[in-house]
Amino acid sequence: MPDLDWHGRLGDVSEYGAAEAAVQAALDAGASYADARVMHRRTESMDARNGEIEELSQDEDLGIGVRALVGSSWGFFAVPDLSDAAVRSAGARAAAIAAASATVPGPAVARIPTTPASGSWSSPCEVDPLSVALSEKGDLLVGLTATMKAAGADQAEGSYQIWDTRKWFVSSEGHRIDQRIRECGAGIAATAVGDGETQRRSYPSYRGQYGTRGWELVTGLDLAAHAERIADEARALLSAPRCPSGVTTLILGSEQMALQIHESVGHAIELDRILGWEAAFAGTSWLDLRQLGTLRYGSELMNITIDPTIPGALGSFGFDDEGTPAAARDAVREGIWVGVLAGRDSAAVAGLDYGGSVRADGWARLPMVRMTNVGLEPGPHTLDEMIAATEDGVYMDINRSWSIDDKRLNFQFGCEIGWEIKNGKLGRMLRNPTYTGIGPQFWQSMDMLGREVTAWGTPNCGKGQPGQVGHTGHPAAAARFTGVRVGVTG
Amino acid sequence: MSDEQSLVDKAAELIELVRSMAPGAQAEATVDATELSLTRFANSFIHQNVADASTTVRLRLHVDGRTATGGSSIVDTSGLHALVERTLAAARLAPLDPQWPGLAPPAAVPTVPAVDEQTAYAEPDARAARVRDFVAATDGLEAAGYCSTLRWARAFANSLGQSAASVSALASMDAIARQAGGDRKFDGVARLSSARLSDLDGARLGARAAAKARAQEGATELPPGRYEVVLEPTAVFDLLDNLAMFGFNGKAVHEGRSFVEVGEAQFDPSVTIVDDPLDPRGLAATFDVEGTPKSRRTFVDAGVSAAVAHDRRSAALAGTVSTGHAMTGGASWGAVPLNLHLLPAGDNAGTATSLAGDDHPAAGAGEVDGPVADASVAALVAGVERGLLVSDFWYTRVLDPRTLVITGLTRNGVWLIENGVVTLPVQNFRFTQSYPQALAAGAVLGVGTHAIGLPSGWQALCYRAPALRLASWNFTGNPSG
Repeated sequence: MPDLDWHGRLGDVSEYGAAEAAVQAALDAGASYADARVMHRRTESMDARNGEIEELSQDEDLGIGVRALVGSSWGFFAVPDLSDAAVRSAGARAAAIAAASATVPGPAVARIPTTPASGSWSSPCEVDPLSVALSEKGDLLVGLTATMKAAGADQAEGSYQIWDTRKWFVSSEGHRIDQRIRECGAGIAATAVGDGETQRRSYPSYRGQYGTRGWELVTGLDLAAHAERIADEARALLSAPRCPSGVTTLILGSEQMALQIHESVGHAIELDRILGWEAAFAGTSWLDLRQLGTLRYGSELMNITIDPTIPGALGSFGFDDEGTPAAARDAVREGIWVGVLAGRDSAAVAGLDYGGSVRADGWARLPMVRMTNVGLEPGPHTLDEMIAATEDGVYMDINRSWSIDDKRLNFQFGCEIGWEIKNGKLGRMLRNPTYTGIGPQFWQSMDMLGREVTAWGTPNCGKGQPGQVGHTGHPAAAARFTGVRVGVTG
Repeated sequence: MSDEQSLVDKAAELIELVRSMAPGAQAEATVDATELSLTRFANSFIHQNVADASTTVRLRLHVDGRTATGGSSIVDTSGLHALVERTLAAARLAPLDPQWPGLAPPAAVPTVPAVDEQTAYAEPDARAARVRDFVAATDGLEAAGYCSTLRWARAFANSLGQSAASVSALASMDAIARQAGGDRKFDGVARLSSARLSDLDGARLGARAAAKARAQEGATELPPGRYEVVLEPTAVFDLLDNLAMFGFNGKAVHEGRSFVEVGEAQFDPSVTIVDDPLDPRGLAATFDVEGTPKSRRTFVDAGVSAAVAHDRRSAALAGTVSTGHAMTGGASWGAVPLNLHLLPAGDNAGTATSLAGDDHPAAGAGEVDGPVADASVAALVAGVERGLLVSDFWYTRVLDPRTLVITGLTRNGVWLIENGVVTLPVQNFRFTQSYPQALAAGAVLGVGTHAIGLPSGWQALCYRAPALRLASWNFTGNPSG
């Protein structure tokens, strides 16, 4: 793996050596198990508004996080210093913190057995996004936002984000893994300000599209082809009729379906939530492990996979942050709940034999259960077929707001734009479309599913205390649902 | 040399490096050193116990009409040199920045009381002991939450000569007790932030959470609709948070995305909201990331919108001056007040007299036998003929920023109030409600007399709020949909 090329000075430092020293220090301090991750991350982001750059930021972050198990309790300590003294101190402090956890002890911590992995992995990248000239990237955003402004947007925004992460993982069981994951993405949005309200249109999604790919992802979005259109639509929405209130047939576009999957399936199948480990903050889950394998989650069209191996999707990796190799797994098969997102310790508690979904937001944060790529397998229909088969309904797409209860059951989501459907045809544009429902009832009403799947990336998934931001992927297709309450107003 | 002085030197070193490598460049440097420790528990035992110590530097440069920002956690001399080099390179390639507002001129920053050392340097045992006391006080209920301590030191320097430093500390406890009933669990919550860890009484907070959880058992479903409500401080936090992000954001106001119109009577006369970053009871901050001194400011004065938050960029666009609310990464989002206080009834000054997070730290005994958090809330409940007592809000999201219509859910306890008495535990609701409308003239029927400091899971902010009695809250769904 190449040296750290931004800072350049760290070429003579062994990242593996630092991680091994930290692990050894934790063991010397009494830990029965320890692991350590050295992480180096370079990020770049740019925001433009109305034809001008608002912010250009580049960051570099390097540090080590050490996790230690003492008795039945975990401890974690992290420092941005890879000197031998610092990493050894970090290992010892992780063990000391674990020892303090014994003040309020729980059941003995078990971890499902694993064959310690060694290896390297890199995400696919054709065009290194950090190597694309800043002037080129800046000119792109300036041009796009100027176009939207000229087309009638009161506020025209464009942004991109890039992450280039390298990590080295070592455990006392013998793991020795390094990975390089490059992620990037971009998006544009036009806001029209009316009399007492605002309307917003985005492309290709609410915050843009992201993936574990190079700048070719951004190029492929063809943002310029959509700038004028979304500005026009934002302004048109100001005078569009409100989404009617009532119960109807609802067709969701694939971008909104990604959000629907993320919130009402992805979080619900996180094993740490199911076990109550997130009860006080992120919440629990309506799912009961005793029903794994038998519970009907949705209609027979519903096949959801957990798959961190999808090339280029935002939740992809070679190994998770416990060293488990990436592997695909079913979460819902023909509507029946069959799998969870798990780590080695949560899997052991639940009596399961797989982990593989544990990640941390940087070196300073504890790895925890996170979504990888959680998404739908394609169905048999096209969007046109769904619309044609709908006598009376609403089509909505592009997420605008999202809210769901702490058990991941009761949701209310809003979209940027909707259209009425009458007699198998799209009709008038509708503003402020919202819909609400209860997760399993909603999914069981899915009677048509698209065959064109897009792996949407969500770069802003919050969880944990201290808070962590996760990057997740969601293959999704348009789908039709029946008997849905729409048009909830304040 | 003190830690604070070493950060000041680090910021000055960065400015000197810029001066030597790019004479004429305008530069500002912020150095943050944080020690965050958080002891987290669930199922009544500590399951995640973490700490990190990090130092980061942030450099913003304006050179030849172009601007770039860089940051790094590699803060030795060669790391700083690399940061300056690449930020200069980035600035020279960036598009022109005609809206550059210039650097903050030298100005004295206020002082705040010294931090409580036992909080700033708390050992894991001190946090674990509070968790132990919380769990014990729930008397057999399942418990979950966290106890945290944070020490935050910040230094600033810019090439105009402004220089400043500050240190603050905050302790927080945020936890629930869970009463099992059939196949359901009924949660009760207790939260408190304070500049002193010693103010966090795990036993008292655990007893309060447990009392609320027990009083929630057997909660039944009520139909959605408009109800009069008493919102406890834990729920009022969410009102302040959304008002801060979307309402008092000066950039949003300038762009027409906020409802706020300075000088207009947009709230009930009983509502006064101040932003007090110098309050020693919270996470005090004496200057912002642009080096502008902070001060106590009134945002809503007896119902009249009185001010909004600005950084230098948004202030220049709006034709005014910075209010000292610049944030890292805030150029796009705008400036946000992070120390909002909704003043309790009878508190016209709202100024702090100590580091205590709770205005009445000794008032807890005897107030936890039931769902009502304290006597101040009980007084508001007593005036309600028929309404709901709401402990907490959850997952609130904006449907329209201009009207600040928000949807979300209740959490951690709802009860029916009839004739001034809590009569029945109620299951959670979904609501869809305009927050300014809920606080408008005539809509606020009472403001509690007791404000507490409330922690946030996501930002270094500390709001203070009393309970509120509101004439109407629009509940748009219940557990049935």
